[in-house]
Amino acid sequence: MTLNNKFQVLIQDFVNSNGVDNGALLPLLHHLQDTLGFIPPEAVADISKALNLSRAEVHGVITYYHFFRNEPAGKHVLQICRAESCQACGADELLTIAEQKLGCKSHQTSPSGAVTLESVYCLGLCANSPAIQIGDKLHARVSPKKLTKLLAELEASV
Amino acid sequence: MNAVKVFIPRDSAALALGADEVYAALKREMKSRGFNADIIRNSSRGMFWLEPLIEVQTPLGRVAYGPVQAEDVASLIDAGMLEGAPHPLSRGITEQIPFLAKQERLTFSRMGVTDPLSLSDYEMHGGWSGLKKALSMQPDEVVKEVTDSGLRGRGGAAFPAGIKWRTVSNTASDQKYIVCNADEGDSGTYSDRMTMEGDPFMLIEGMVIAGLAVGANKGYIYIRSEYPHAIEVMKEAIEICEAEGYLGKSVRESGKAFYLEVRKAAGSYVCGEETALLESIEGKRGVVRAKPPLPAVEGLFGKPTVINNVITLASVPLILAKGATFYKDFGVGRSHGTLPFQLAGNVLQGGLVEKAFGITLRELLFDFGGGTRSARPIKAVQVGGPLGAYVPESQWDIPIDYEAYAAIGAVVGHGGIVVHDDTCDMAKLARYAMEFCAIESCGKCTPCRIGSTRGVEVIDRITSNQNKEQQVRLLRDLCSTMVSGSLCAMGGMTPYPVLSALNHYPEDFGIEIFEKEIT
Repeated sequence: MTLNNKFQVLIQDFVNSNGVDNGALLPLLHHLQDTLGFIPPEAVADISKALNLSRAEVHGVITYYHFFRNEPAGKHVLQICRAESCQACGADELLTIAEQKLGCKSHQTSPSGAVTLESVYCLGLCANSPAIQIGDKLHARVSPKKLTKLLAELEASV
Repeated sequence: MNAVKVFIPRDSAALALGADEVYAALKREMKSRGFNADIIRNSSRGMFWLEPLIEVQTPLGRVAYGPVQAEDVASLIDAGMLEGAPHPLSRGITEQIPFLAKQERLTFSRMGVTDPLSLSDYEMHGGWSGLKKALSMQPDEVVKEVTDSGLRGRGGAAFPAGIKWRTVSNTASDQKYIVCNADEGDSGTYSDRMTMEGDPFMLIEGMVIAGLAVGANKGYIYIRSEYPHAIEVMKEAIEICEAEGYLGKSVRESGKAFYLEVRKAAGSYVCGEETALLESIEGKRGVVRAKPPLPAVEGLFGKPTVINNVITLASVPLILAKGATFYKDFGVGRSHGTLPFQLAGNVLQGGLVEKAFGITLRELLFDFGGGTRSARPIKAVQVGGPLGAYVPESQWDIPIDYEAYAAIGAVVGHGGIVVHDDTCDMAKLARYAMEFCAIESCGKCTPCRIGSTRGVEVIDRITSNQNKEQQVRLLRDLCSTMVSGSLCAMGGMTPYPVLSALNHYPEDFGIEIFEKEIT
């Protein structure tokens, strides 16, 4: 199935089971990203048609929220919390290490395609800062040594 | 003989420290030794420095072991953990651990005690008694009870919950909504997350009571996307409640309907602001609305809406069950009841402390927190999230209540307490506050959208010694514009951390400061 067919089916399925009322746009975008890993820019026209919105409205929403991405992420997504609590426990150093080891900046994907690096603002693990998340696995009290080990594992996974 | 009961938390903070691995190791060891145990995945006690915390039921009460790693399990069993025997990781009887014993756990009384998704556990520990009471009362009496309890919004704004409810109740409409703000974005806070993961029925009960009280039949819980475990547990809890008649077309056969739905947010901090949150549920960009109209009059989809924080709604069942006076008697001044304070950042014993208002920051930092994790002196403490002021040592003995903190230009907020040791750079943290505002501003009002970016630039000029004196004056002027001219707390309160850093730690900006300059 081509990507176009895929998102068209997903949009149709969503509309069939959830309808188009009561603020359906965010749940639909989550549905697409959960399944495809990102929201293809080509899907904007179909989404707007399905929900009777303008393309500008849909594009505006996708780009407003940090969570939505419009291109596929690397094999793993590494999120490093940069909020105050984690900063107080060495989060800045973790981000620097990750950028060095991965050879990319925040919100970029490492050249090998193994890891997309993201800074986030609070994972809610503030009693055990610093915190990171890899995919849906949380890690707390992350030392530079532990991060280095985790990064090596991620890079080796490609 | 019954199998021994062993508890290993499923709270995401425990998972982040290896609770699942400990659980797997324990199961493995039990199997290979032919032992039998009933392993329960409970919620967390909130003593996060001890997580993963294993508890074993003994005739004397539960005995705690922590922090346990998978490789410790064999030695724990060898030492006789299943009988509560001593071990270097033993912490004694859980409820006698001073951190826990000194608390006043009202809203968090079941936390760490029960299996979050066990309805029978919930019922056995006082669950649903608030709803039962509410169903026997007139809706107006329920609103009055909440008003009389003195409960104020726990999300940060501290607006009296009863007045909000009264407004919605008095506004005629064919449709009303209850919205739970679970967009807990403040760094240093996790009490909403703990509640949703650890005692989800309590939140559902509070929302159902709110629905009955104001005549709303539909509720939404807006949960941040960074909380996948909370989303999962809440969804499961809702399904259980639907199956058991606590939610649906006739709540407990009362003939009154209440439906509940989880909405997943998408990583925007400002969506924690109530009107931006409503826009987001409606499927729009999370842009703040001008008030009036208040959400209580024209809220979600233009209908009267009660929008409350998780802890506000979660406090309601207890207020109904035990009465307004019981709750009101906790606290000081106009701050009634308890607040779950959340110790975070560079603190030795990080965790949740539920205490009545009136406790001091010093008690929280030292009696509970035990000082810093780095064993260095505490330099600054940010209370109330990224928009809260940095509180210097000279103010640590003020009993915490909403008004006392407002009087020193600080906020209690959602109860987050982030500790920084003496290696922190306050100019850098002030710059960060402006940078965060620039990233997260919804862009609707100019002081916030542009002021935050100008704020970063001005602080950069101060720290790089360009026209320092003039730039400090400019920063104060900018902050004053943001405070007075912003639509919501995002731009309106970003100056709190900035100015408190500047006023209390001028040396970090390389300046001297005189009393008269402090605004």
